[in-house]
Amino acid sequence: MTGFFLALVSRTARLSLGAGGGAFTGLVFFLSVVAVVPFGVGPDMPLLARIGPAMLWIAALLATLLGLDRLFQDDRDDGSLDQMILSGLPLELIVLAKAIGHWLATGLPLVVGAPLFGLMLGADSRSILFVTLTLLIGTPALTFIGAIGAALITAMRRGGLIVAVLVLPFTIPVLIFGVSAVAAASGGIDPATPLMVLAGLALASLVAGPIAAAAALRAALD
Amino acid sequence: MIRLDVRELAVERGGRAVLAGIGFQLAAGEALALTGANGAGKSTLLRAVAGLVPLTGGRIDWQGSSEPIGESLHYFGHLDALKPTLAVADNLVLWSKVAGAPGLPVIEALERVGLDHLDDMPAAYLSAGQRRRVAFARLLVVRRPLWLLDEPTAALDASAEATFGDLLADHVASGGLALVATHRPLPIPAATLRLGAS
Repeated sequence: MTGFFLALVSRTARLSLGAGGGAFTGLVFFLSVVAVVPFGVGPDMPLLARIGPAMLWIAALLATLLGLDRLFQDDRDDGSLDQMILSGLPLELIVLAKAIGHWLATGLPLVVGAPLFGLMLGADSRSILFVTLTLLIGTPALTFIGAIGAALITAMRRGGLIVAVLVLPFTIPVLIFGVSAVAAASGGIDPATPLMVLAGLALASLVAGPIAAAAALRAALD
Repeated sequence: MIRLDVRELAVERGGRAVLAGIGFQLAAGEALALTGANGAGKSTLLRAVAGLVPLTGGRIDWQGSSEPIGESLHYFGHLDALKPTLAVADNLVLWSKVAGAPGLPVIEALERVGLDHLDDMPAAYLSAGQRRRVAFARLLVVRRPLWLLDEPTAALDASAEATFGDLLADHVASGGLALVATHRPLPIPAATLRLGAS
Protein backbone atom coordinates (compact mmCIF):
# COMPACT_ATOMS: atom_id res chain seq x y z
CA MET A 1 0.00 0.00 0.00
CA THR A 2 2.99 2.30 0.54
CA GLY A 3 3.71 1.74 -3.13
CA PHE A 4 0.30 3.09 -4.10
CA PHE A 5 0.68 6.08 -1.75
CA LEU A 6 4.07 7.06 -3.19
CA ALA A 7 2.92 6.43 -6.76
CA LEU A 8 -0.06 8.71 -6.15
CA VAL A 9 2.20 11.44 -4.71
CA SER A 10 4.51 11.37 -7.71
CA ARG A 11 1.67 11.12 -10.22
CA THR A 12 -0.12 14.13 -8.70
CA ALA A 13 3.11 16.12 -8.80
CA ARG A 14 3.86 15.09 -12.37
CA LEU A 15 0.33 15.90 -13.60
CA SER A 16 0.53 19.27 -11.89
CA LEU A 17 3.90 20.04 -13.48
CA GLY A 18 2.87 18.74 -16.88
CA ALA A 19 1.00 20.52 -19.65
CA GLY A 20 -2.14 22.21 -18.36
CA GLY A 21 -1.31 21.22 -14.79
CA GLY A 22 -1.16 24.74 -13.44
CA ALA A 23 1.97 24.47 -11.28
CA PHE A 24 3.85 27.06 -13.31
CA THR A 25 0.82 29.34 -13.47
CA GLY A 26 0.98 29.58 -9.68
CA LEU A 27 4.67 30.46 -9.72
CA VAL A 28 4.16 33.06 -12.47
CA PHE A 29 1.22 34.51 -10.55
CA PHE A 30 3.43 34.76 -7.46
CA LEU A 31 6.07 36.56 -9.49
CA SER A 32 3.47 38.87 -11.05
CA VAL A 33 2.04 39.98 -7.73
CA VAL A 34 5.52 40.61 -6.34
CA ALA A 35 6.48 42.53 -9.49
CA VAL A 36 3.34 44.68 -9.40
CA VAL A 37 3.67 45.79 -5.76
CA PRO A 38 6.51 48.35 -6.36
CA PHE A 39 4.42 49.99 -9.09
CA GLY A 40 1.53 50.42 -6.66
CA VAL A 41 3.58 51.47 -3.65
CA GLY A 42 6.01 53.67 -5.51
CA PRO A 43 9.82 53.74 -5.50
CA ASP A 44 10.12 53.99 -1.72
CA MET A 45 12.81 51.41 -0.92
CA PRO A 46 12.56 51.50 2.91
CA LEU A 47 8.77 51.08 2.72
CA LEU A 48 9.11 48.23 0.20
CA ALA A 49 11.68 46.51 2.38
CA ARG A 50 9.34 46.83 5.35
CA ILE A 51 6.23 45.44 3.66
CA GLY A 52 8.17 43.05 1.42
CA PRO A 53 7.88 39.94 3.63
CA ALA A 54 4.15 40.48 4.08
CA MET A 55 3.69 40.92 0.33
CA LEU A 56 5.63 37.72 -0.31
CA TRP A 57 3.39 35.87 2.11
CA ILE A 58 0.16 37.25 0.65
CA ALA A 59 1.33 36.46 -2.88
CA ALA A 60 2.25 32.92 -1.84
CA LEU A 61 -1.13 32.50 -0.14
CA LEU A 62 -3.04 33.61 -3.24
CA ALA A 63 -0.85 31.54 -5.57
CA THR A 64 -1.44 28.44 -3.45
CA LEU A 65 -5.20 28.92 -3.32
CA LEU A 66 -5.51 29.60 -7.06
CA GLY A 67 -4.12 26.23 -8.05
CA LEU A 68 -6.33 24.15 -5.79
CA ASP A 69 -9.65 24.01 -7.61
CA ARG A 70 -8.77 21.04 -9.83
CA LEU A 71 -7.17 18.95 -7.08
CA PHE A 72 -10.00 16.40 -6.91
CA GLN A 73 -12.29 17.56 -9.68
CA ASP A 74 -10.26 16.09 -12.53
CA ASP A 75 -10.11 12.77 -10.72
CA ARG A 76 -13.85 12.75 -10.23
CA ASP A 77 -14.55 13.72 -13.83
CA ASP A 78 -12.38 11.00 -15.38
CA GLY A 79 -13.31 8.21 -12.98
CA SER A 80 -9.93 8.08 -11.21
CA LEU A 81 -11.55 8.99 -7.89
CA ASP A 82 -13.75 5.85 -8.04
CA GLN A 83 -10.68 3.72 -8.67
CA MET A 84 -8.75 5.38 -5.84
CA ILE A 85 -11.62 4.76 -3.43
CA LEU A 86 -11.48 1.08 -4.43
CA SER A 87 -7.67 0.95 -4.14
CA GLY A 88 -7.75 -0.26 -0.54
CA LEU A 89 -5.97 2.86 0.73
CA PRO A 90 -8.16 4.87 3.15
CA LEU A 91 -9.58 8.00 1.53
CA GLU A 92 -7.84 10.17 4.15
CA LEU A 93 -4.45 8.89 2.98
CA ILE A 94 -5.46 9.35 -0.66
CA VAL A 95 -6.20 13.00 0.13
CA LEU A 96 -2.89 13.25 2.00
CA ALA A 97 -0.97 11.78 -0.94
CA LYS A 98 -2.65 14.13 -3.39
CA ALA A 99 -2.04 17.15 -1.14
CA ILE A 100 1.65 16.25 -0.74
CA GLY A 101 2.04 15.76 -4.49
CA HIS A 102 0.27 19.05 -5.13
CA TRP A 103 2.49 20.88 -2.64
CA LEU A 104 5.67 19.44 -4.18
CA ALA A 105 4.62 20.81 -7.56
CA THR A 106 3.10 24.15 -6.50
CA GLY A 107 4.19 25.04 -2.96
CA LEU A 108 7.84 24.04 -3.06
CA PRO A 109 8.62 26.22 -6.14
CA LEU A 110 7.22 29.22 -4.24
CA VAL A 111 9.55 28.47 -1.31
CA VAL A 112 12.52 28.11 -3.66
CA GLY A 113 11.60 31.28 -5.53
CA ALA A 114 10.95 33.37 -2.41
CA PRO A 115 14.60 34.47 -1.82
CA LEU A 116 14.87 35.79 -5.38
CA PHE A 117 11.55 37.59 -5.19
CA GLY A 118 12.52 38.95 -1.76
CA LEU A 119 15.53 40.61 -3.39
CA MET A 120 13.19 42.24 -5.90
CA LEU A 121 11.36 43.87 -3.01
CA GLY A 122 14.57 45.04 -1.38
CA ALA A 123 14.17 42.88 1.72
CA ASP A 124 17.27 42.36 3.89
CA SER A 125 18.98 39.01 4.16
CA ARG A 126 17.54 38.10 7.56
CA SER A 127 13.98 38.83 6.39
CA ILE A 128 14.55 36.78 3.26
CA LEU A 129 15.87 33.88 5.30
CA PHE A 130 12.85 33.92 7.57
CA VAL A 131 10.32 34.44 4.78
CA THR A 132 11.73 31.35 3.10
CA LEU A 133 11.70 29.37 6.34
CA THR A 134 8.15 30.38 7.25
CA LEU A 135 6.93 29.66 3.72
CA LEU A 136 8.55 26.23 3.94
CA ILE A 137 6.57 25.54 7.13
CA GLY A 138 3.45 27.46 6.17
CA THR A 139 2.69 26.56 2.54
CA PRO A 140 2.01 22.88 3.38
CA ALA A 141 -0.55 24.14 5.92
CA LEU A 142 -2.15 26.26 3.19
CA THR A 143 -2.33 23.26 0.86
CA PHE A 144 -3.82 20.96 3.51
CA ILE A 145 -6.43 23.54 4.51
CA GLY A 146 -7.11 24.25 0.85
CA ALA A 147 -7.65 20.54 0.18
CA ILE A 148 -10.81 20.78 2.30
CA GLY A 149 -12.15 23.52 0.05
CA ALA A 150 -11.14 21.58 -3.06
CA ALA A 151 -13.01 18.52 -1.80
CA LEU A 152 -16.07 20.60 -0.94
CA ILE A 153 -16.36 22.17 -4.37
CA THR A 154 -15.91 18.74 -5.93
CA ALA A 155 -18.91 17.69 -3.85
CA MET A 156 -20.86 20.78 -4.93
CA ARG A 157 -19.81 20.47 -8.58
CA ARG A 158 -18.66 24.06 -8.69
CA GLY A 159 -15.35 25.35 -9.81
CA GLY A 160 -12.95 28.19 -10.08
CA LEU A 161 -12.36 30.93 -7.59
CA ILE A 162 -14.93 29.74 -5.08
CA VAL A 163 -12.23 27.57 -3.48
CA ALA A 164 -10.14 30.64 -2.77
CA VAL A 165 -13.16 32.46 -1.33
CA LEU A 166 -14.09 29.48 0.85
CA VAL A 167 -10.61 28.76 2.11
CA LEU A 168 -9.13 32.23 2.51
CA PRO A 169 -10.66 32.99 5.95
CA PHE A 170 -9.27 29.75 7.37
CA THR A 171 -5.76 30.51 6.19
CA ILE A 172 -5.56 33.82 8.04
CA PRO A 173 -3.97 32.32 11.20
CA VAL A 174 -1.22 30.80 9.06
CA LEU A 175 -0.64 34.18 7.43
CA ILE A 176 -0.59 36.02 10.76
CA PHE A 177 1.98 33.77 12.39
CA GLY A 178 4.04 33.44 9.24
CA VAL A 179 4.37 37.18 8.85
CA SER A 180 4.83 37.84 12.57
CA ALA A 181 7.72 35.36 12.74
CA VAL A 182 9.45 37.28 9.94
CA ALA A 183 8.66 40.63 11.57
CA ALA A 184 10.02 39.44 14.90
CA ALA A 185 13.20 38.10 13.32
CA SER A 186 13.94 41.25 11.35
CA GLY A 187 13.02 43.42 14.34
CA GLY A 188 15.57 41.64 16.49
CA ILE A 189 13.01 39.81 18.66
CA ASP A 190 13.13 36.06 19.25
CA PRO A 191 10.89 34.55 16.52
CA ALA A 192 10.61 31.16 18.25
CA THR A 193 7.04 31.62 19.52
CA PRO A 194 5.35 32.54 16.22
CA LEU A 195 7.47 29.92 14.46
CA MET A 196 6.28 27.23 16.85
CA VAL A 197 2.65 28.32 16.49
CA LEU A 198 3.11 28.23 12.72
CA ALA A 199 4.56 24.72 12.93
CA GLY A 200 1.66 23.73 15.19
CA LEU A 201 -0.84 25.05 12.63
CA ALA A 202 0.95 23.11 9.89
CA LEU A 203 0.83 19.87 11.89
CA ALA A 204 -2.81 20.37 12.88
CA SER A 205 -3.84 21.00 9.29
CA LEU A 206 -1.80 17.97 8.19
CA VAL A 207 -4.17 15.87 10.31
CA ALA A 208 -7.44 17.81 10.08
CA GLY A 209 -7.22 18.63 6.36
CA PRO A 210 -7.20 15.07 5.01
CA ILE A 211 -9.89 13.92 7.47
CA ALA A 212 -12.24 16.78 6.61
CA ALA A 213 -11.56 16.56 2.88
CA ALA A 214 -12.16 12.81 2.88
CA ALA A 215 -15.47 13.35 4.68
CA ALA A 216 -16.49 15.90 2.03
CA LEU A 217 -15.52 13.53 -0.79
CA ARG A 218 -17.44 10.68 0.83
CA ALA A 219 -20.53 12.85 1.12
CA ALA A 220 -20.19 13.59 -2.59
CA LEU A 221 -20.28 9.93 -3.66
CA ASP A 222 -23.10 9.07 -5.99
CA MET B 1 -16.07 -20.57 -1.56
CA ILE B 2 -16.44 -16.91 -2.47
CA ARG B 3 -20.00 -15.73 -2.80
CA LEU B 4 -21.82 -12.46 -3.39
CA ASP B 5 -25.27 -12.33 -1.84
CA VAL B 6 -27.41 -9.27 -2.51
CA ARG B 7 -30.78 -8.96 -0.80
CA GLU B 8 -33.62 -6.44 -1.01
CA LEU B 9 -31.26 -3.79 -2.31
CA ALA B 10 -32.72 -0.29 -2.58
CA VAL B 11 -30.99 2.84 -3.86
CA GLU B 12 -32.31 6.36 -4.25
CA ARG B 13 -30.77 9.00 -6.44
CA GLY B 14 -31.91 12.58 -6.39
CA GLY B 15 -34.80 11.62 -4.10
CA ARG B 16 -36.17 9.06 -6.56
CA ALA B 17 -36.07 5.32 -5.99
CA VAL B 18 -33.90 3.90 -8.78
CA LEU B 19 -33.62 0.37 -7.41
CA ALA B 20 -35.91 -1.43 -5.00
CA GLY B 21 -36.08 -5.02 -3.85
CA ILE B 22 -33.17 -6.23 -5.96
CA GLY B 23 -31.75 -9.60 -4.95
CA PHE B 24 -29.39 -12.09 -6.54
CA GLN B 25 -26.60 -14.51 -5.70
CA LEU B 26 -23.35 -15.01 -7.49
CA ALA B 27 -20.82 -17.73 -6.66
CA ALA B 28 -17.23 -18.21 -7.74
CA GLY B 29 -17.03 -19.16 -11.40
CA GLU B 30 -20.36 -17.58 -12.28
CA ALA B 31 -21.34 -14.58 -14.36
CA LEU B 32 -24.55 -12.60 -14.23
CA ALA B 33 -25.77 -10.34 -17.03
CA LEU B 34 -27.75 -7.27 -16.03
CA THR B 35 -30.15 -6.15 -18.71
CA GLY B 36 -32.85 -3.55 -18.87
CA ALA B 37 -33.79 -0.37 -20.67
CA ASN B 38 -31.74 2.81 -20.42
CA GLY B 39 -32.28 4.24 -16.97
CA ALA B 40 -33.37 0.93 -15.46
CA GLY B 41 -30.59 1.19 -12.88
CA LYS B 42 -27.91 -1.13 -14.24
CA SER B 43 -25.06 1.29 -13.63
CA THR B 44 -26.49 2.29 -10.26
CA LEU B 45 -26.62 -1.36 -9.20
CA LEU B 46 -22.97 -1.86 -10.15
CA ARG B 47 -21.93 1.29 -8.29
CA ALA B 48 -23.97 0.23 -5.28
CA VAL B 49 -22.25 -3.16 -5.17
CA ALA B 50 -18.90 -1.38 -5.47
CA GLY B 51 -19.83 0.82 -2.52
CA LEU B 52 -19.67 3.98 -4.61
CA VAL B 53 -23.34 4.80 -4.01
CA PRO B 54 -24.94 4.71 -0.55
CA LEU B 55 -27.68 2.11 -0.09
CA THR B 56 -31.07 3.16 1.21
CA GLY B 57 -32.06 -0.41 2.03
CA GLY B 58 -31.07 -4.04 1.80
CA ARG B 59 -27.69 -5.62 2.21
CA ILE B 60 -24.71 -6.83 0.26
CA ASP B 61 -22.87 -9.83 1.73
CA TRP B 62 -19.43 -10.75 0.51
CA GLN B 63 -18.73 -14.20 1.90
CA GLY B 64 -15.80 -16.55 1.93
CA SER B 65 -13.13 -13.94 1.36
CA SER B 66 -10.69 -12.45 3.83
CA GLU B 67 -10.65 -9.08 2.05
CA PRO B 68 -13.51 -6.58 2.24
CA ILE B 69 -15.60 -6.32 -0.90
CA GLY B 70 -14.13 -2.93 -1.85
CA GLU B 71 -10.68 -4.50 -2.20
CA SER B 72 -11.98 -7.62 -3.96
CA LEU B 73 -13.58 -6.01 -6.97
CA HIS B 74 -12.64 -4.28 -10.17
CA TYR B 75 -15.11 -1.60 -11.20
CA PHE B 76 -15.16 -0.98 -14.93
CA GLY B 77 -17.44 2.00 -15.48
CA HIS B 78 -18.14 4.38 -18.33
CA LEU B 79 -15.14 6.46 -17.31
CA ASP B 80 -11.72 5.05 -18.10
CA ALA B 81 -9.68 6.79 -15.36
CA LEU B 82 -7.03 7.74 -17.92
CA LYS B 83 -4.94 10.90 -17.60
CA PRO B 84 -4.53 12.36 -21.10
CA THR B 85 -1.01 13.71 -20.52
CA LEU B 86 0.42 10.45 -19.14
CA ALA B 87 1.64 7.61 -21.33
CA VAL B 88 -0.57 4.55 -21.58
CA ALA B 89 1.81 2.39 -19.52
CA ASP B 90 2.27 5.20 -16.96
CA ASN B 91 -1.47 5.36 -16.53
CA LEU B 92 -1.57 1.68 -15.65
CA VAL B 93 1.40 1.71 -13.27
CA LEU B 94 -0.61 3.44 -10.51
CA TRP B 95 -3.45 0.91 -10.81
CA SER B 96 -0.98 -1.97 -10.63
CA LYS B 97 -0.19 -0.92 -7.06
CA VAL B 98 -3.68 -1.14 -5.57
CA ALA B 99 -4.54 -3.81 -3.00
CA GLY B 100 -4.95 -7.31 -4.36
CA ALA B 101 -2.92 -10.21 -5.68
CA PRO B 102 -0.38 -9.09 -8.27
CA GLY B 103 -1.51 -9.79 -11.81
CA LEU B 104 0.23 -9.40 -15.14
CA PRO B 105 3.05 -6.89 -15.55
CA VAL B 106 1.81 -3.72 -17.24
CA ILE B 107 3.37 -4.46 -20.61
CA GLU B 108 1.94 -7.99 -20.71
CA ALA B 109 -1.50 -6.69 -19.79
CA LEU B 110 -1.27 -4.25 -22.69
CA GLU B 111 -0.18 -7.12 -24.91
CA ARG B 112 -3.32 -9.07 -23.96
CA VAL B 113 -5.51 -6.19 -25.14
CA GLY B 114 -3.38 -5.61 -28.24
CA LEU B 115 -1.95 -2.22 -27.28
CA ASP B 116 1.65 -3.07 -26.35
CA HIS B 117 2.93 -1.03 -29.32
CA LEU B 118 1.33 2.12 -27.86
CA ASP B 119 2.70 1.84 -24.32
CA ASP B 120 4.61 5.14 -24.45
CA MET B 121 1.95 7.15 -26.26
CA PRO B 122 0.06 9.82 -24.26
CA ALA B 123 -3.45 8.60 -23.54
CA ALA B 124 -4.87 11.77 -25.10
CA TYR B 125 -4.26 10.34 -28.57
CA LEU B 126 -6.14 7.08 -28.03
CA SER B 127 -9.44 6.41 -29.75
CA ALA B 128 -12.57 5.60 -27.73
CA GLY B 129 -12.12 1.88 -28.36
CA GLN B 130 -8.43 1.98 -27.44
CA ARG B 131 -9.30 3.76 -24.19
CA ARG B 132 -11.68 0.92 -23.35
CA ARG B 133 -8.93 -1.59 -24.11
CA VAL B 134 -6.57 0.17 -21.68
CA ALA B 135 -9.34 0.05 -19.09
CA PHE B 136 -9.49 -3.73 -19.65
CA ALA B 137 -5.77 -3.94 -19.11
CA ARG B 138 -6.38 -2.32 -15.70
CA LEU B 139 -8.45 -5.39 -14.73
CA LEU B 140 -5.43 -7.59 -15.46
CA VAL B 141 -2.61 -5.81 -13.63
CA VAL B 142 -4.08 -6.70 -10.22
CA ARG B 143 -6.07 -9.87 -9.64
CA ARG B 144 -9.37 -9.30 -7.89
CA PRO B 145 -12.11 -11.93 -7.84
CA LEU B 146 -15.20 -9.81 -8.62
CA TRP B 147 -15.51 -7.88 -11.86
CA LEU B 148 -18.24 -5.26 -12.16
CA LEU B 149 -18.44 -4.34 -15.83
CA ASP B 150 -20.63 -1.55 -17.14
CA GLU B 151 -21.32 -1.86 -20.89
CA PRO B 152 -17.89 -3.38 -21.48
CA THR B 153 -18.32 -3.81 -25.22
CA ALA B 154 -19.37 -0.23 -25.97
CA ALA B 155 -17.07 1.31 -28.62
CA LEU B 156 -15.20 -1.98 -29.18
CA ASP B 157 -14.53 -3.41 -32.63
CA ALA B 158 -15.04 -7.08 -33.45
CA SER B 159 -11.51 -8.20 -32.55
CA ALA B 160 -11.57 -6.30 -29.23
CA GLU B 161 -14.92 -7.85 -28.48
CA ALA B 162 -13.43 -11.30 -29.05
CA THR B 163 -10.51 -10.37 -26.77
CA PHE B 164 -12.97 -9.21 -24.13
CA GLY B 165 -14.84 -12.51 -24.43
CA ASP B 166 -11.59 -14.44 -23.89
CA LEU B 167 -10.62 -12.34 -20.87
CA LEU B 168 -14.03 -12.73 -19.29
CA ALA B 169 -14.06 -16.49 -19.96
CA ASP B 170 -10.56 -16.83 -18.43
CA HIS B 171 -11.60 -14.83 -15.40
CA VAL B 172 -14.72 -16.88 -14.74
CA ALA B 173 -12.94 -20.17 -15.48
CA SER B 174 -10.29 -19.33 -12.88
CA GLY B 175 -12.96 -18.95 -10.20
CA GLY B 176 -13.77 -15.29 -10.70
CA LEU B 177 -17.17 -13.66 -10.47
CA ALA B 178 -18.55 -11.21 -13.01
CA LEU B 179 -21.52 -8.89 -12.93
CA VAL B 180 -22.00 -7.37 -16.36
CA ALA B 181 -24.44 -4.64 -17.36
CA THR B 182 -25.00 -5.16 -21.05
CA HIS B 183 -27.45 -4.82 -23.93
CA ARG B 184 -25.90 -7.70 -25.82
CA PRO B 185 -25.67 -11.41 -25.04
CA LEU B 186 -22.52 -12.28 -23.08
CA PRO B 187 -19.94 -14.45 -24.84
CA ILE B 188 -20.04 -16.93 -21.93
CA PRO B 189 -22.90 -18.81 -20.29
CA ALA B 190 -24.48 -16.53 -17.72
CA ALA B 191 -27.71 -16.05 -15.83
CA THR B 192 -29.65 -12.89 -16.60
CA LEU B 193 -31.20 -10.37 -14.23
CA ARG B 194 -33.60 -8.00 -15.94
CA LEU B 195 -34.02 -4.68 -14.18
CA GLY B 196 -37.08 -2.49 -14.41
CA ALA B 197 -39.23 -5.34 -15.68
CA SER B 198 -42.36 -4.37 -13.83
